[in-house]
Amino acid sequence: MRQRAVAARWFLLPMMIALAVVAGWPLARSIYFSFTDVTLNDLYGAEWVGFANYLQIRTLESGRVIYRGVLADPAWWNAVWNTVRFAFWSVLWETILGMIVALVLNAEFRGRGIVRAAILIPWAIPTIVSARMWSWMLNDQFGILNDLGMRLGLLSAPVAWTASPDTAMLAVLVVDIWKTTPFMALLILAGLQMIPRDIYEAARIDGVHPIKQFWAITLPLVRPALMVAIIFRVLDALRIFDLIYVLTPNSAATKTMSVLAQENLFQFNNFAEGSAQSTLLFLLIALFTIVYIWLGRVNFDAGDR
Amino acid sequence: MTMKKLLVGLLSGVALTGGVAQAADLAIVSGDTGNGLAFLRGQLDIFEEQTGHTVTIVPMPSSTTDQFGQYRLWLAAGNADIDVYQTDVIWAPQLADQFLDLTEAAAEIVDEHFPSVIESQTVEGKLVAIPGFTDAPALYYRTDLLEKYGKEVPTTWAELHATAQEIMDGERAEGDNDIWGFVFQGNAYEGLTCNALEWVNSYGGGQIVEPDGTISINNENAVAALEEAASWIGTISPEGNLAYMEEESRGVWQLGNAVFMRNWPYAYALSNSEDSAVNGKFDVAPLPAGEGEGAKSSGTLGGWNFAVSRYSPDPEAAIELALFLGSAESQKARAIQQNNLPTVQALYQDAEVLEAAPFMAAWEEIFQNAVPRPSAPTQANYNEVSSLFWSAVHNTLSGNGSAAENLEVLELDLQDLLE
Repeated sequence: MRQRAVAARWFLLPMMIALAVVAGWPLARSIYFSFTDVTLNDLYGAEWVGFANYLQIRTLESGRVIYRGVLADPAWWNAVWNTVRFAFWSVLWETILGMIVALVLNAEFRGRGIVRAAILIPWAIPTIVSARMWSWMLNDQFGILNDLGMRLGLLSAPVAWTASPDTAMLAVLVVDIWKTTPFMALLILAGLQMIPRDIYEAARIDGVHPIKQFWAITLPLVRPALMVAIIFRVLDALRIFDLIYVLTPNSAATKTMSVLAQENLFQFNNFAEGSAQSTLLFLLIALFTIVYIWLGRVNFDAGDR
Repeated sequence: MTMKKLLVGLLSGVALTGGVAQAADLAIVSGDTGNGLAFLRGQLDIFEEQTGHTVTIVPMPSSTTDQFGQYRLWLAAGNADIDVYQTDVIWAPQLADQFLDLTEAAAEIVDEHFPSVIESQTVEGKLVAIPGFTDAPALYYRTDLLEKYGKEVPTTWAELHATAQEIMDGERAEGDNDIWGFVFQGNAYEGLTCNALEWVNSYGGGQIVEPDGTISINNENAVAALEEAASWIGTISPEGNLAYMEEESRGVWQLGNAVFMRNWPYAYALSNSEDSAVNGKFDVAPLPAGEGEGAKSSGTLGGWNFAVSRYSPDPEAAIELALFLGSAESQKARAIQQNNLPTVQALYQDAEVLEAAPFMAAWEEIFQNAVPRPSAPTQANYNEVSSLFWSAVHNTLSGNGSAAENLEVLELDLQDLLE
């Protein structure tokens, strides 16, 4: 037994080293940068400034007190709100639609294999490609969506989906849901297939209504898989970058934490502030993950009893 | 003693190999739009033949913002894969540390170029890049439609609004439902800063941050300019214009769906291409002026330059390439084939250039009205200044707060940033 444990440690070692090099070191370095006054023009001459990039309280000569730093920046809180809103709505819809798709695919019908493969196509297309594709489809002059809407009489005038602040978030959400529902469906489908068929047979013999079967059997039994799928998606949604960067790069209505951090890091001369934002984003995701796993475990225990 | 000998030996070795021109593998980035890439390749082929070096083009996205982010990252990381960068006129103060000083290499040719362009590429006495071409936007207008409605080319923005509205209404009444009056670059990006700077400046509203560093944007003339521009959206310009960059507006224009367009000279040759719906039906003029005191026509000074990376493994060959691409011959070809405005002054009297692009004679007037973006007084903060400005303008155009409110907040933000 002890020998097995030692062997396991040796097998884990390469992975730990790889993780430390590709994830640990960059993470530690950007956390370090967030406490300095570093700029991209001078990466090695940084000086330690403590928490000044996060929050600093300064008293002006006039006696007025002003707050500076990321935590006092309305643009940052706007980005936090956008991110949370985006994560909530996208994951909610992806879960609902993914569940429906998974239930359909779990049923026996002819050509099921082909449909299962076909539904993965949106997920298989690289995000940049699908975002570009959608940005043309959403274009107000040449876009197919406006053309269809006008022909069918649903729209009275072409809508500039990505340009108008009212519809920008909606456009981003639609594209993300379109793209990621297959991923949810796949993970839930895997969970559904673990449920033994005889439970349903017993329920049918007892005359349980199919809707009640779903709530009483399917949902509780698929729940572990569902929880894992949701956490994957939430983590992904909280750090959303590529889709928004391509579709609506500078719109305040959709700017998320990652987009804002990228802007400060590479566009503006604020490498330190951008590092602070990346660090906060990391902390937020870490916090969410810990809370989620903790709450999730409590629920699992209750389910076992 | 031995150390010195060694050094001498090394240096003479360098001199020897320098004398026998060695073939180098160079890489140049390009975010060119339209048929610009094909032109660049053609020039590089000539260069390869003349020197024996080989040059690879690394294509980049057309958005200058995307390009800048990428270059900045590469340069900060000391990337040695790219030798020559094509840089926007506003980047010199921000990236000066990462590029080689070309003052000596270009000593003989600097006098050929417009002094203002050379000045824009000189940071603290260091010539950061060789000018490739300069840029100033023009008002593109449809000669056939203006003639049909008996209209003159508008000289003020208000006239443009009225003319565009009349022609648009008339054409729509005749069943052309896709026609719009005016398209420009209204997406929230650097291009909107260029467009809006022209509006503000043409109304006598200054240039956001003046050369001496004064923040001037919050004034009545600037407010009037933005109010006029905001009145276009949904009337003569489609609402989607708020998401257009250069290529989207050219798309609408080139399909024959716009009466007026604000764009850079590159669109001239493309609009005259054979498959263009406006081929032979358009002309260009200086942008309209504003109204009130200090009103004048103004166009934002643009242009692209060739800079050599400090990290290039083969700086001599890279400088050779930058000089070649900025040379009078290369600029002449660029003017004839691409309609890019040369920075070499003599080319404006060149018969072949004027034959291929007769409109260039007209650009002399546009140049006199060219206004620089405030990259010199804002230095490394320029991108953030520009972003704050375009956000305020974009908000105003999309009806998110009035011009006066947004400019007041912008002034405060700029003070926080710069003071």
